[in-house]
Amino acid sequence: MSSQRGQLWILVDYSLCTGCRLCEIACSLKHEGAVWPAASRITVYEYYPGVAVPHYCVQCPDYPCVAACPTKALRVDQATGAVLVDPSLCTLCAKCVEACPGRVPRIVGGKPHVLICDLCGGDPACARECARAGYNALRVVRRPANTAVKHYARPPDLVAEEIGGSRAVWGWER
Amino acid sequence: MIRAYGIWGRLLVVDLASGRVSAESVHPVVYRMFVGGRGLAAYLLWRELGRRWREVDPLGPENMLLILTGPLTGYYPGIKLVVSGKSPQSNGVVGSAVSSHVAYAIKAAGYDGIVVRGASRDPVYLYVKDDAVEIRDAGRLWGLRGLELIGALRKEVGGDPPSLYIGPAGENLVRTAAVMARWFHAAGYGGYGAVMGSKRLKAVVVDGTGPLPPVADRDEFLKLRHEVIDKVASRTTFRMWGTTSGIWSVGHDTSSEPVRNWQEEWHDRDEFSHVVIQRRHWVKNPWADWGCPLACMKVSRAVVDGNAYVTDGPDYEMGAYLGSDLGLFEVDKVIALTSLADDLGLCGIQTGNVLGFAVELYDRGVLSREDVGYELAWGDFGSLKRLLEDVAYRRGIGSFLAEGTYRAALEIARRKGLPAEEVLRYAVQVKGVGVGAHGIRSRRDYPQPIAYAASVQGGDHTSVAGLPVDSEESEIWPAFLDSAVVCMFTSVEEATMLRFLNAVTGWSVTREELYRTVGPRILALQRVLLLLGGPDARWDPRVHDDNPPRFYEPLPTGPYAGSAVTREEVSRGLADYYKQLGWDELGVPTEETLKRLGLHDVVEIVRGIRRELGTG
Repeated sequence: MSSQRGQLWILVDYSLCTGCRLCEIACSLKHEGAVWPAASRITVYEYYPGVAVPHYCVQCPDYPCVAACPTKALRVDQATGAVLVDPSLCTLCAKCVEACPGRVPRIVGGKPHVLICDLCGGDPACARECARAGYNALRVVRRPANTAVKHYARPPDLVAEEIGGSRAVWGWER
Repeated sequence: MIRAYGIWGRLLVVDLASGRVSAESVHPVVYRMFVGGRGLAAYLLWRELGRRWREVDPLGPENMLLILTGPLTGYYPGIKLVVSGKSPQSNGVVGSAVSSHVAYAIKAAGYDGIVVRGASRDPVYLYVKDDAVEIRDAGRLWGLRGLELIGALRKEVGGDPPSLYIGPAGENLVRTAAVMARWFHAAGYGGYGAVMGSKRLKAVVVDGTGPLPPVADRDEFLKLRHEVIDKVASRTTFRMWGTTSGIWSVGHDTSSEPVRNWQEEWHDRDEFSHVVIQRRHWVKNPWADWGCPLACMKVSRAVVDGNAYVTDGPDYEMGAYLGSDLGLFEVDKVIALTSLADDLGLCGIQTGNVLGFAVELYDRGVLSREDVGYELAWGDFGSLKRLLEDVAYRRGIGSFLAEGTYRAALEIARRKGLPAEEVLRYAVQVKGVGVGAHGIRSRRDYPQPIAYAASVQGGDHTSVAGLPVDSEESEIWPAFLDSAVVCMFTSVEEATMLRFLNAVTGWSVTREELYRTVGPRILALQRVLLLLGGPDARWDPRVHDDNPPRFYEPLPTGPYAGSAVTREEVSRGLADYYKQLGWDELGVPTEETLKRLGLHDVVEIVRGIRRELGTG
C-alpha cells in the first residue's frame, strides 16, 4: 500500500479527552443524519473514571482489514489514506474485524455494511466538534514521511491500562 | 394521527411481580401537555395511583419506579435522566435528575422511559438490549457496593453498557439512598434508591444500539446545537473548577454554606478550597459526561489511612454536606467520605444532612454515647465514617437515622419523651427533604426566602421556588428543565431553550405558554400529590410550607452576621407566589386554575383537600 504525503491522521491526546463523546454524536450526525452513537465510526471507552479512550481507525501501514476482505469491499482512499467501504460489496462477514489488531470496524443493527472511519473525506467531523467544545483532544495532522511515531490499532482496554488506568493508580480492578 | 418528533411515544413497562414485560404507548398530546421527564412522571403517577395516593406506601410493591427521558434528552448538549415515583422522603413526587448514559441508551433502545411496577421476591436486575428485555437473577450481585457491582455487571453482560444501580443503602431501604449511575452519579433527592431496593431491583442495564428518534427541523436543530455548544464551552470558570469552587466561595463570600449543621454558614478555612483539591487531588480535569461541552466534573483521588478513594470533585454539594456541615475541613477526608457514600449508594446531601443533625444532637446532649455506641464529634473522620456505614446498613443508631432527618427527629423525640418541636428545631429539612447546601439567610446566594418553603420538591436546591412566577426565578424553570430533561448547568436562556425544544419536537411552545400553562400544570399536579401525601407523613401548608427553624436564627458569624429571614416576608412571599400560580391562600390550586390547565380530573380530590383544611 502507498504511504503518500498529504494523507491524514487523527491524533488523540488522552489527557485532554474528557470522555464526553461529542465526537460520536458529530460522527453519527454527519454519516447517518441522526444522533446514533452505536453507528459512530469513533467510540469512546472509559473503563476507569477519567481514563477515556477514543477508539477509531488509525490507518495501519499494512491495512490488514483490506487484505482480509474476501469480497474486495474495502479499499484505501489514496487522497486521505482512509479505509473506504463499498456497501454493495460488504457481506458483514466480520473478517475485517478479526483482522484488525484493535477490533475497530463496527457492525451495528440497522446498517447493512461494516462501519470504518472514512476521515470525512479529509475534514473529520469528530475533530471539528472536539475543537468547537474547546477540548482539542483530537487533532488532524498531515501524515509525515517518517512514520516511526503514530497511533497503532489496539483494543481499548489495553490502551486504558497503558495510559494510567492501572490497579496501582485506582486501587480497584476495572 | 399526530406525528411525534424527538420522542418515541413508547414506554417500556416491567412488572417485577409477574415478570411481564410490555411496551405502552403514550399519546403525543400527553408530551405536549407535560413535556416529559418530571412532568410525565407527575402525569403517570396521578393517572395510576392518584385516587388512592394516601394509601400507597412509597416502599410497597404498589409504588412505581419511573426512569424517564424527555424530548431534549440526547439532542441538547449534556445529558440527564429523571428518576421518580412516590417519594419515601416527601410522600409526593420528586423529579430526581441524574447525569447518566442510561438516558441516551433508553432512547437508542426505542423507548422514552422505563416504568417498573410491583416487587420481585428475589433480587433481580433488568437487562435491556434494544427490543430484548430480560429480568435476570441478581442473587450474586445483591449486597455488592458500587465499584464491585460495576465490575461484576461488566462480567455478566459483557462490554460496558450504561447502568443504574443501588448499593447496600438502597437494598436496606434507607430513605436517603440514591439511585446511582456509573461510579459517582446519584439521583439523590426523593430517596428512590430505597424504592428500587423495595422492588429488589439491583440494577438496570440498557444497551441501546439504534438511532434516536428523528427531529422535526433538522437544520434548525443542527444550528442551535452548535450555538449552545459555543455558549456553554465559553463558561471557562465552571469548566476549570466545576461547582467545587463553591466549597470556598459559598462559605467565604456569600455566607450560605452549611457549617456544623447550619449553625453557621460562613468559614474562612483556606485549606478547605477547590485550589487545594486541584493541586493535591485532581487526577483528571476536565472530565465530562455524555455529549457535554462543559465538563464540570473532575476525578479526584485521595489516600486516607492507607486506603485509596476516588470520586468526582467533590462537587460543591458533597464538599459542603460531607465536609463543612460535619465540621470536617480536611479535603482528603471529604474525598474519602464522598467516595464511600458513592460506593454505599447514599445520597451525600440527604445523608450528610442527617449526619450533621445527629452530631449536633450529640453535642447538645440529646443523644448520648449509649444511644450512639461511640463518641461523635465535629470533624472526626473516624466516627463520621462509621456513622455513614451504620446508616447504609441500618446498624444501631443508623437504623433510625436511615429514615432521614425528618423521620429520625420524630423518632428521637418519641424515644426521649421530648416534644417533637424540641428536636425538629435542629432538623434542616422541608417536607421530609433535607435542604440543599445553599442557605437563604445572607441573601447573597440564589435561593429566595420562599425557595424551599414553597417548592413542590421540599428542600431540593435544584428545584427552588421564587418570584416572579413568570421568570427563571420560579420553580417553573427547573420543572421545565427536568421535564425536557436537560442539565441545568448546560442550559441557556429561555428563548434559546424554547427554540431548541420546538426545533426537536415540532411544537410551538411560547414563553407565555411555558409560564402560564405548561409549567403551572406540572407544578399544580406535583403540589396536589404532595398535599395528599401519606400514609406515614402528611403536610399541612399552615405548618409545613415553611423554612427550617434554623433559618430564622440570625447568622452568628461572617460578614453577614445578624442576617436572617423573617416570618413576615416568608408569609408575604408565599401569598404572592400562590396567587400568581392561581393557588388559594394555603397554596391549594383553585378549581378555576385546575380547569384552565386541563386538570379536570383532579378537581374532585382537591375539593377534599380543601375541605380537610377547612377552606372549602
